[in-house]
Amino acid sequence: MILDEMEKKLRPPELELKPYPPKVITLADGQKMVVRECQREEIGVLLETVFPLMQVESDFYDIVAARMFAELLGWYRYRVANEFVMVGAIDGEIAGIVNSRLVDGKVGMSLHTMTIRRGLRIGAQLFAAKMEHHLEILGQDEVWIVAESPNGFKRWMIEYELEDRSSQFPAIRHELGGVPTFVLTRKLYDAVRDQKVTGTRPVDAALLKTAEVLRAPDKYPQIPGFRRE
Amino acid sequence: MRNVAIVGIGHTGFGNLSSMDLVDVLGFASCSALEDAGILDKRHELVEQVFVANMGAGRVNSASAIASALISRIGLEPAMAETVENGPASGASAVKLGMMAIKSGMVDCVLVTGGELMRAVSGWEGTDFVATMLHTEAEYAYGLTLPSFAAMFTRLYMQRYGLTERELAMVAVKDHENGAKNPYAHVKVPCTLEAIHDSENANVVNNVVADPLRLYGMCPVSDGAASLLLCATDSPKMKYFKKQPIRISGIGSATDTHCVHMRKDPLVLDAVRLAAERAYAMAGLGPRDISFAELHDAFVILELAISEEVGFFERGKSREAVVRGDTRIDGKLPINTSGGLKAKGHPLGATGVSQIFELVKQLRGEAEEGRRVANPRHGMAVNFGGFGNNVVATICSKE
Repeated sequence: MILDEMEKKLRPPELELKPYPPKVITLADGQKMVVRECQREEIGVLLETVFPLMQVESDFYDIVAARMFAELLGWYRYRVANEFVMVGAIDGEIAGIVNSRLVDGKVGMSLHTMTIRRGLRIGAQLFAAKMEHHLEILGQDEVWIVAESPNGFKRWMIEYELEDRSSQFPAIRHELGGVPTFVLTRKLYDAVRDQKVTGTRPVDAALLKTAEVLRAPDKYPQIPGFRRE
Repeated sequence: MRNVAIVGIGHTGFGNLSSMDLVDVLGFASCSALEDAGILDKRHELVEQVFVANMGAGRVNSASAIASALISRIGLEPAMAETVENGPASGASAVKLGMMAIKSGMVDCVLVTGGELMRAVSGWEGTDFVATMLHTEAEYAYGLTLPSFAAMFTRLYMQRYGLTERELAMVAVKDHENGAKNPYAHVKVPCTLEAIHDSENANVVNNVVADPLRLYGMCPVSDGAASLLLCATDSPKMKYFKKQPIRISGIGSATDTHCVHMRKDPLVLDAVRLAAERAYAMAGLGPRDISFAELHDAFVILELAISEEVGFFERGKSREAVVRGDTRIDGKLPINTSGGLKAKGHPLGATGVSQIFELVKQLRGEAEEGRRVANPRHGMAVNFGGFGNNVVATICSKE
């Protein structure tokens, strides 16, 4: 099979990643958000969720959505190495998505954080869960991070007091556009962990069941009057 | 002495408007008030004076003389125009000046618009800018900010009166419940006591900002504007206005020491008490006559402390009223029916005007279903400047 041989060569070598154990977070409005890792087979609903936001200019949703769409597709078609994708789901509806990848066993490369529902710090919780996965579950030493929006910069660079390694460019260079690279080290993570990372495990079976089949949102606060075709 | 009525009200949504121009935002609220009054097309003949309340346009938006700019933006030349800066109490101060201009007989009809675009800068820069109202050498130089002042005030209040973090969280839950029903509110998401206090996730969901104050213990940083059209009730111009006039029956302001440490008791807010007493005296009313109130809860502790200073509750007892539900929308004395600064937001210069906007909305019976006060007669607003060193209290009444 010539195509299969070709395909094998096109696919990146993959590290075996430990699965992320799901957790539940009680959000400020009392809703329960299940945070869990996604499987490749769920790509359809993830792309469906991200696609409409490519038209939203405010808060850099367009750039984040376009890049995340490509990264998710790359993950699905085996064109990105060692990527993992996590969602926050409320009653099965996707409230936010994060993705990331491992450069090697020690260094993580944070890709994107996409918040659909606003005002509940869902993005902050999912970003924290992503860092938890890199540093606690996968046992990495550090994660490289960039921000595309001022909101991201405030939430990650300022609140986590990330280490600015932009002076070490080009030796240290995040994969997203060569913009200044900041780093969450284990020491920095340990310093903020109790204020940033939360969630209850194990997740009650009935609650976990609600997040088994994911749904794309019917409404987007970023797109007034949105109707899914 | 002439009586003054509010004959038109306007408001923008509060939230992140940082991509907009400040004068456009002020203009939107102003035109909404003129339209509400039914005189948008007659504004040149009727509006003689404009006061614009704002605290930081010069620093945050690189814009000065914004009253003059607003006049041109909405085509009100040659009306008189001044900008009023009195810290976070700028809004109610501008209303007071408008009232004084009318009562003096100098003019009949005044437009008062307050607005601020604070999200043009980061939250840290915004916090620093607000802290410039503190004493330069005794407070600001040592890194004091308004959240840190409020935190110390809260800790002392807890020690003296036994207030708990759970009771403070109950104030936030009540405010967010109202804010969720207010179309102009910055934060329209309700919160539950379980989520922000009782749950094992609460420490992160409602994180500490300035101990013991948490995220849900303080207002968001907001942009927005609000506007009121005032007119003398004996003016022939009154015939042009289409809405029920709401009378400003009392207004009073007072000051206290700039440095908080110079007060005999840091928990006693003399300026609040005196401003309220002056407003009550002008209106011929007392605390028991007030049907509902908008109190300046930039930090939830202030809702409690102010409600005691204005005489609604005994000192240290407001927490019991919160637990009983007295200050809920269906309680004996609803407080912060708009969501307060806590949920509606706090664009500094807009806040005092927005509080009075809410009084008018409630007294007209126009508040949204679920946050409408039953048969209100008199509403009170307290706009708190500095850390209680310049306060304006206003009472509005339905005739």
